[in-house]
Amino acid sequence: MDADTVDSRVAGVLDRLRHLPGALLPILHEIQHELGHVPAAAVPAIAAALNLSRAEVHGVISFYHHFRTAPAGEHVVQVCRAEACQAVGARALETHVKQRLGIGFGATTADGKVTLEPVYCLGNCACGPSVQVDDQLHARVSPQAFDNLLARLGVNS
Amino acid sequence: MSVRVFVPGDSTACALGADQVAAALVEQARSRGLDIDLVRNGSRGLFWLEPLIEVETAAGRVAYGPVSVADVAELFDRDLLAGGEHPLALGPTEQIPYLQQQTRVNFARAGVIDPLCIADYRRTGGFAGLDRALALSGQEIVAAIKTSGLRGRGGAAFPAGIKWQTVLDTAADQKYIVCNADEGDSGTFADRLLLEADPLQLVEGMTIAGLAVGATRGYIYVRSEYPRAFAVLRAAIALAREDGYLGPDVCGSGRAFELEARLGAGAYICGEETSLLESLEGRRGLVRAKPPLPAIQGLFGKPTVINNVLTLASVAAILARGADWYRALGRGRSLGTLPMQLAGNIRRGGVVELPFGMSLRALIEDFGGGTASGRPVRAVQVGGPLGAYLSADELDLPLDYEAFAAKRAMLGHGGVVVFDDSVDMAEQARFAMEFCVAESCGKCTPCRIGSVRGVEVIDRIRAGTQRADNLLLLKELCDTMEYGSLCAMGGLTPMPVRSAVEKFPEDFGA
Repeated sequence: MDADTVDSRVAGVLDRLRHLPGALLPILHEIQHELGHVPAAAVPAIAAALNLSRAEVHGVISFYHHFRTAPAGEHVVQVCRAEACQAVGARALETHVKQRLGIGFGATTADGKVTLEPVYCLGNCACGPSVQVDDQLHARVSPQAFDNLLARLGVNS
Repeated sequence: MSVRVFVPGDSTACALGADQVAAALVEQARSRGLDIDLVRNGSRGLFWLEPLIEVETAAGRVAYGPVSVADVAELFDRDLLAGGEHPLALGPTEQIPYLQQQTRVNFARAGVIDPLCIADYRRTGGFAGLDRALALSGQEIVAAIKTSGLRGRGGAAFPAGIKWQTVLDTAADQKYIVCNADEGDSGTFADRLLLEADPLQLVEGMTIAGLAVGATRGYIYVRSEYPRAFAVLRAAIALAREDGYLGPDVCGSGRAFELEARLGAGAYICGEETSLLESLEGRRGLVRAKPPLPAIQGLFGKPTVINNVLTLASVAAILARGADWYRALGRGRSLGTLPMQLAGNIRRGGVVELPFGMSLRALIEDFGGGTASGRPVRAVQVGGPLGAYLSADELDLPLDYEAFAAKRAMLGHGGVVVFDDSVDMAEQARFAMEFCVAESCGKCTPCRIGSVRGVEVIDRIRAGTQRADNLLLLKELCDTMEYGSLCAMGGLTPMPVRSAVEKFPEDFGA
């Protein structure tokens, strides 16, 4: 996406949402929804629209795990690390996933297919271990089931 | 005449294949020339049976589960639409013991109705509480909540009526109702289930709260990890507005109440009420010092009622059925019902709503059926990642706020995470600190730095390095975090750590 497109998409979002009380989070969500991430280039325009400093906007973006400042891979895979999933094998699954993809949390595979992220609870605690791929939740994910998920995404690393 | 078939659209049900099952049902019915009316209901909360499908027969609704796509053709062969016999048949849904033995208030409609159908909601008693509230003064509504004994279901268990009274008594040009739907505790999913299965109950409860304290705007802060719940809730709000239950003239009363759902962004700390308010205002989720209380200076500096999903949802039933009916449930100072959530290594996981007072053992053994692995229960964490670990011989504890507090444990939001005997409790204690490192807002030092030091100290203990000295150091560090932190994140992280050290010393090299 070229710089002009980014600017005009950001301007469109700001036009629509800047008048909401406490508009910053809704704006960041909408920009990430449209562009896949919140580019650093968007920060000055957001700051100007909300009468904030760039540092304040940057501070908010960096505080929340959900917002990313660089594009993610084609698919985002989130593996739950929290207690209820630990009780049914999430630690072993995490090890398997990292080994299988050859990356750690916060990284993207070399072919750009998968970004791996930790998540602390997806609210599926009765049927863990839980994995979310993009917006789709998966329950009782064994290492074998995870490999099947990858195969369906067309990932064969 | 078409037969109604229910397939949950719930997150967990869909994670187990409900969408595919729904598609297969439609396809099979079409190919056999049968007429079905597919309803995507919420889940009943019997998650071990999901996908649990139901058929409306002349004798009432009957259930089948867990159903996979591969079962669908055979179900039709055995006359599914007439409630035919099949190995997956569970009989009349309401008579499944797990469900029949519950006292459902918050979850009475969950899985029964189409969550996005106002007529369904009204037919099952919905908006009766709002109808009553519209005929009462604000003070009368607050008095009813006080009489009911309702306490905050988010964890702190503060009496809701007292909080509301403070907001009612504080004069301001604008007041707010904020719903904390940032259900970040592992082992909890009751808020999610309610948002997905019966969101109008929350809309109704918040509207009543607005009428009670004189607030005309409400916000629901939903965590971003719950995309489905957020979508269902937004749709429910739009429906309620269309039908005049929200807006400038609620049910023709001339009184206004507007509601907006907002999305969190993956910060556990935003479940802390002041951090949530900061986040709603568009800032980093840094905890605020109290006082001032949110009831006096809350959202945008205005008096604000901030309560959990289940607290606000309970208000609808309390107004509809009366404060005395509600307080007759429960015991001591823990009144009404508490939806417990059975999670982790459990055979029959799900939501179990009961009046306070049942023992934890009955919950885990009778409802839960013990561990999923079949191995003995070794530890149970109640109340989320900041709750204490209980050992297998402490399970006779009654589910009651005060009984838990007396054991230096907490009921919290009602999450119960079961571990079998393969658990390493030193690893769990380390994780409690590690989680605090990841999720601390960073405002106060005991939490921000203490958690980092906590991980290091536990690593040394696990490695056997100066074990006795480091155990003492860990105890002192826990004291510092507990007494010196600004909020419950740093203040309660020691709870799982201490309980693990004290109750499972053998895992720390003793």
